[in-house]
Amino acid sequence: MNVATLTIQEIREGLIAKKFSAEELCQQALAFAEAENPKTNAYLHFSPERALHAAKSVDAKLAAGEELGALAGVPVAVKDVIVTKNLKTTCASKMLENFIPPYDATAVERLEAQGGIIIGKANCDEFAMGSSNENSAFGPVRNPVALDRVPGGSSGGSAAVVAQGTATVSLGSDTGGSIRQPASFCGVVGITPTYGRVSRYGLVAFASSLDHIGPFARNVEDAATLLEVMAGRDERDATSAFAPVTGYKEAMAQGAKGMKIGLPKEYFEGLASETGDIIHKAVDELKKLGCEIVDISLPHTDYAIGTYYIICTAEASSNLARYDGARYTYRSPNSESLEAMYRNSRGEGFGAECKRRIMLGTYVLSAGYYDAYYKKAQQVRNLITQDFLKAYEQVDAIVAPVSPFPAFKLGEKTDDPLEMYLSDIYTITGSLAGIPCMSVPAGNTSAGLPVGLQILTKHFDEAGMLRLARAFEQARS
Amino acid sequence: MKLTEEQVRYVADLANLSLTPDEITHFSEELSEILTHVDKLGELDTSNVQPMAQVLFDVEDTATMRQDIPGETLPVEVALANAPLSGAGHFKVPLVIEK
Repeated sequence: MNVATLTIQEIREGLIAKKFSAEELCQQALAFAEAENPKTNAYLHFSPERALHAAKSVDAKLAAGEELGALAGVPVAVKDVIVTKNLKTTCASKMLENFIPPYDATAVERLEAQGGIIIGKANCDEFAMGSSNENSAFGPVRNPVALDRVPGGSSGGSAAVVAQGTATVSLGSDTGGSIRQPASFCGVVGITPTYGRVSRYGLVAFASSLDHIGPFARNVEDAATLLEVMAGRDERDATSAFAPVTGYKEAMAQGAKGMKIGLPKEYFEGLASETGDIIHKAVDELKKLGCEIVDISLPHTDYAIGTYYIICTAEASSNLARYDGARYTYRSPNSESLEAMYRNSRGEGFGAECKRRIMLGTYVLSAGYYDAYYKKAQQVRNLITQDFLKAYEQVDAIVAPVSPFPAFKLGEKTDDPLEMYLSDIYTITGSLAGIPCMSVPAGNTSAGLPVGLQILTKHFDEAGMLRLARAFEQARS
Repeated sequence: MKLTEEQVRYVADLANLSLTPDEITHFSEELSEILTHVDKLGELDTSNVQPMAQVLFDVEDTATMRQDIPGETLPVEVALANAPLSGAGHFKVPLVIEK
């Protein structure tokens, strides 16, 4: 067995045929991940005890002739902004360097209940703020495809471990593109489900009206399996959706013939690059599969970046107020007074990007500016969402690029925060509308850098999105 | 929109965030640049548009209500385990009121 390439189905078959035990697989996966990690810094820490304990219980189930869970024996990495009971969860921040959560996130609980084996926690941008994974307090992640390049962000570690083969699947979080963009940069599948589709209980909050948990995998089917396990109503997250989770497998077997696909003109203007060529080729492929291609317009696209960076920073400044030096592990040694404790613990504990966003968010919410910024942004968010709803009266799915360019070099864009923000343009719109969107590998540039195709469907139509993604993946293989 | 260093210091005060002089200079430039981009939203007339505070939800507003019955909570010592300083079942902070 090659632990780096196994699929969920192959693991299941291997366990049932007794080619290997879950414990053997777990030990190999851990050894491989620990040996490979110095190349990429994609894992922040490993959880061998928890993993081996879970693997043994899969073996015990198998020996007792019990039904195996959907993720039996599957090595999983979890982004370090998702809490794991008794297992350090740092948010890649000095602020939470020693934070040991007293409970599990619902997504974690559900994947472990289905036999998933958590082997470690994945590196990311600090508090999930960033587009390159260079904002981690514990060092950047390197892209396994090209080690001098970034893996994307903020879920850079989660994408890198799947690309590298040091986990079969992983969990990431997405607020404005933090799953799709690293998936595109690393050449793997990444899904941002509908807002509310997966419970955020236990996801450390960044921007609550935008935060999602979603899966990474090396193929569409594995990503769909992990999504299906995590999705569904959770009493502990009032924003989690009631809609039934069904039909993914059937949809993926259906083929794309007859689907109406929208191409938003705003996403293709000015995309004259190798990325553009790859996306245009992908569209040709969809035509060959029997899709009907329709030109559409999402007229408020140009306003998305401004809208997003008001809403996400406002919500972040509020969510990050809880890190006060009193409750969560880090307190400044310079805490003579209560005020000094607050100010210095936050000043020392947060990195530059977190501070930038707290500052911007505090400013746009401050007296006299609330209507001009926050309320205005919420109104424009409504317009951006209406654009999508109108488009879906005409088409079943929308396809678009994920990022204007492939993975860039480490350090290349760190000096200009606005430029980094502007590169999120293609992913931010879907996040604001709360619709399901994903990145599926579409090809490589001449330099061998992966480029993902983004697929977006209407609220709760994960099945339609997976149907198109699976058909496209099959056509390419 | 230009943010002066004085405004940056004021906002940092509101956010309870200590910044170095270097950070204040940087943030003044960077936040000004970002806010200038954000000013673009002013082009749109939104006087008749509802603010969207929440993504469309698939059920009635009341569907998430539950019976008001206390559930399990974390024991005090577990809740305090991550505090930098605690004692007698409380978070400990620097002296607030003089004796």
